[in-house]
Amino acid sequence: MLASETATVAAGWFLTHAWLIPVIPAVAFFGIIFFGKKMPRGGSELGIASMVAALVIAAGTAYQWIDRVNGNAEAEAVIRTKQWFKIGGLEVGIGQHIDGLAMMALLLVAFISTLVQIYSTEYVRGDRRYTHFFASLTLFSAGMLTMVLAPNMVQLILGWEIMGLCSFMLIGHWWEEEANSRAALKAFFTVRTGDMGLLVGTAMLLFVFGTLDIKSINEAAAHYTGGHAILMWTAAALFIAAIGKSGQFPLHTWLPDAMAGPTPVSSLLHSSTMVVAGVFLVARIYPVFHTGLDINVAGNHFNFIAVIGGITILIAAALAFVQNDIKKVLAYSTVSQLGYMMMGLGVGAWMPAVFHIFTHAFFKCCLFLCAGSVAHTGSHHSFDMKEDMGGLRKQMPVTFITWIISTAALCGLPFVSGFFSKDEIIDTAHNNDYKLFWVIGLIGAFMTTAYMTRATYLTFFGKPRGGAKHFVEGHHDAHEDDTTDEVHDHAHVAVAHADDHHEPVHHGKPLPFAPSDSAWQITVPLIILSFLAIVSGYLNAAPFKIEKFSLWLEGSIGLKPGDTIPAGPEFSWAHAAPSIILVIAGFAVSLFLCLQVFGKETSPFKGLTQRVKLLGAGHTFLVNKYYLDALYEGVIVKAIAHPIAQAAYWVNQNIIDAIVNAVGIGGKRTGEWVYRNIDQRVVDGVVNGSGATARGAGGVLRPVQSGKVSMYGALLFGAAAVGALVLVLVNS
Amino acid sequence: MVLASDVLVAQNIGFAIIAGVMVLGGINVVTSKNVVRAALSLVLVMAGAAAQYILLAAEFVAVTQVLVYIGAVMVLILFGVMLTRAKLGKDIELNNKNIAVAAPVALLLLGVMVYVLAKGFSDTKLPTDTPPVSNQSISDLIFKPYLLPFWALSFVLLAAVIGAIVLARKD
Amino acid sequence: MLVTQFLILSAVLFCTGVYGVIVRKNAVLVLMSIELILNSVNINLLAFDRLNNSAHGNVFALYVIAVAAAEVGVGLAMVLLIFRNRKTIALDDLSEMKG
Repeated sequence: MLASETATVAAGWFLTHAWLIPVIPAVAFFGIIFFGKKMPRGGSELGIASMVAALVIAAGTAYQWIDRVNGNAEAEAVIRTKQWFKIGGLEVGIGQHIDGLAMMALLLVAFISTLVQIYSTEYVRGDRRYTHFFASLTLFSAGMLTMVLAPNMVQLILGWEIMGLCSFMLIGHWWEEEANSRAALKAFFTVRTGDMGLLVGTAMLLFVFGTLDIKSINEAAAHYTGGHAILMWTAAALFIAAIGKSGQFPLHTWLPDAMAGPTPVSSLLHSSTMVVAGVFLVARIYPVFHTGLDINVAGNHFNFIAVIGGITILIAAALAFVQNDIKKVLAYSTVSQLGYMMMGLGVGAWMPAVFHIFTHAFFKCCLFLCAGSVAHTGSHHSFDMKEDMGGLRKQMPVTFITWIISTAALCGLPFVSGFFSKDEIIDTAHNNDYKLFWVIGLIGAFMTTAYMTRATYLTFFGKPRGGAKHFVEGHHDAHEDDTTDEVHDHAHVAVAHADDHHEPVHHGKPLPFAPSDSAWQITVPLIILSFLAIVSGYLNAAPFKIEKFSLWLEGSIGLKPGDTIPAGPEFSWAHAAPSIILVIAGFAVSLFLCLQVFGKETSPFKGLTQRVKLLGAGHTFLVNKYYLDALYEGVIVKAIAHPIAQAAYWVNQNIIDAIVNAVGIGGKRTGEWVYRNIDQRVVDGVVNGSGATARGAGGVLRPVQSGKVSMYGALLFGAAAVGALVLVLVNS
Repeated sequence: MVLASDVLVAQNIGFAIIAGVMVLGGINVVTSKNVVRAALSLVLVMAGAAAQYILLAAEFVAVTQVLVYIGAVMVLILFGVMLTRAKLGKDIELNNKNIAVAAPVALLLLGVMVYVLAKGFSDTKLPTDTPPVSNQSISDLIFKPYLLPFWALSFVLLAAVIGAIVLARKD
Repeated sequence: MLVTQFLILSAVLFCTGVYGVIVRKNAVLVLMSIELILNSVNINLLAFDRLNNSAHGNVFALYVIAVAAAEVGVGLAMVLLIFRNRKTIALDDLSEMKG
């Protein structure tokens, strides 16, 4: 059935039919759209079922791939394509390219999507667009799954764009509030700006390599002998797309605003899966970047990717300190971690970066789902840490513990998954002679721990405030005449997070009830994810010489480690020590400051930013997100859009409308002229003329029928005379 | 060539005079302003015709012409003229507007006929020594070859008589 | 005598009669013109008869006279009838066949 197969070793059923993985959710999408509203659970059954099916096949694929690699270290990717379309001499196929990287991504996306959809059944229960939410989630999964197993750039772009569309739809899920729709548009346009790079880069790839097939591109780029400059520009263009999609500096501004969407969206798209699409792109066609940007060329201490990644790590971590919204903290944390992944790829640490994608997905998703759980149950749907949270650890134990585990993973505490991935990146940076980025990575680790400690303290420790206070003290008789309750008003006016929970009794439970953790649909995914946050790291635990992950994914780099790309560093506790020390230091410093600022009534540290001008200025600078938003929207967009809009309007009114009007007037005048001259004069003249002629002829001939005998006689004899004359003439 | 002995002078002169009278009478018939004068001119024409018949040695026809045509038909016409004259002596205009058409037509016809006849029968002389047509030959012809037309004619006359009576009776 | 002179005489009378038929308003005068025509025909017949030394023409001429008499009788009866009904026998006024 499929046209070309390049798997030389016979592949198992799952490997050859892995293309079903995106197809099933795509079909389910249409099913939810058409039938979802009529189904008993609003279409979520279809969504979850399709994700489970995709997960099963992905698991089977992973199992068979591992089998394949275990049997043969040089296992080739299972590529199956069918001709999609043909333009000129270029034939573009659609199908699958299953190798280690694709397998990991498929499994990851399917798994996280399943958990998030289960979580969503409780989180968005009663929502005004419940069915569409699940439809969009399913379509997103289909899009990303299409992208990760793409055998060529065109299918990759297809999946990329579907993801962009779903991101837009999901961020603006509650579009009735203008802030949400603006955030959705911002996300779309910012990523679109980066997508220009994707299209230009793909065109350049075609130009340089003559093909859009990823395997061919990787092979050609690994042994590239052509012009270096053009490959560099190709890599730069493609990386710009990755900057947009993965929220790197300077196109990172959309990610925090994307928190306007429901928390499941944030946890699925904007932490674990969609935003890593940019990293995935770089990882997928890594030889192009590696050769084009001279990543591991001796003596090269900077390159485009590493620089951007490094900057992103720092600026995002700094911003995370001044956020009061828990989701925004996590968003900046995501941006920062994506910076780590990019930096990792930029210094030649392909395997650690990809491994970090893998582990980061679990603990970041878990963190977001915890935040959602806190908001859903603990703080009256508010995400504001300072106003509505605090001291929730006793009443929400499961959420608290999973949060702590995931935070530990994020910070890179030893023996939890983040240690094995993030610290590998930092170590490899040092090993590959990128000393500056080693330093940046360490600073980032310090800052990560610090801001996460702050967030943890504000959320789960201290005295309960606002919504949390309401929750913790239990809902006794507080609600009947509670209309002026400040807490309640504040909680319900949660800006940009409005959702549809307006139930008279809270969560189906009658008053009064004691506070408890969220429902099982929420907590069970949290537990699963936090468990994975611990154990996933052990797939590639350098201290214990476990390198399973590396083994399975090695073929996907496109380059031979030890050849053009350095082999991974040997683990040593000495190398790991700096980051561990910094993590502990960050924790200590942050905890101290938190206790001082938030825990005590008075303290020399309280109000520091107001008293010290420099700190105050710095604080304002951070709060305004480095004024980047003002720059982008106020200056760049306005400067471009306003004149262009004016010009376009002028063209429209004066040129296009003029043409249209001229055509209209011309038509009208022509019509009038035709009417006057041709219709009235010629046509009517002919018509009238023929009538007049007939009348005239009649008038002339009428006297013949006068009824007078003498006339008839005259005619008779006249005719006879003429006839005689004719006869005579003829015969003479 | 016409020889002097062939020219029968008396007959020619007679013919010329009678022909002249006939033509003048004929013209008077068609141009007279008085109906009675026209009728009487017609009588003159018919008399002249009878004389011509005699010249043509058709005596029986000549006599019949005088008896029937002049004696009966013209009387009948004169009766008709009398009976249809307008009261109070007002004479109607006798010519209509077709003069412009009639004259050319008549002249054209005349021209054609004269040309043809002159060309066809030029110099053909009438025989001079044959006897006139005898009554016997006429009656032989009537009762042998032309018997059927004779009977038809009698029916015509009968129909005419009856028709005239039917038409003209007062009731 | 030439036959031609009789023939031309006959032609002249014929054309005179044609002129009269066309020109005359009075119905009786039209009948009279018709008589002229018939007489001219008779002359023609007899002239040829003399030329060809036969009697057939004579017989024909007799028949013409008889028919002419019948015709005049009926014609005048009609004219009288018309005169009785219309008080006029001007052919111009008797244009019922108009159109």
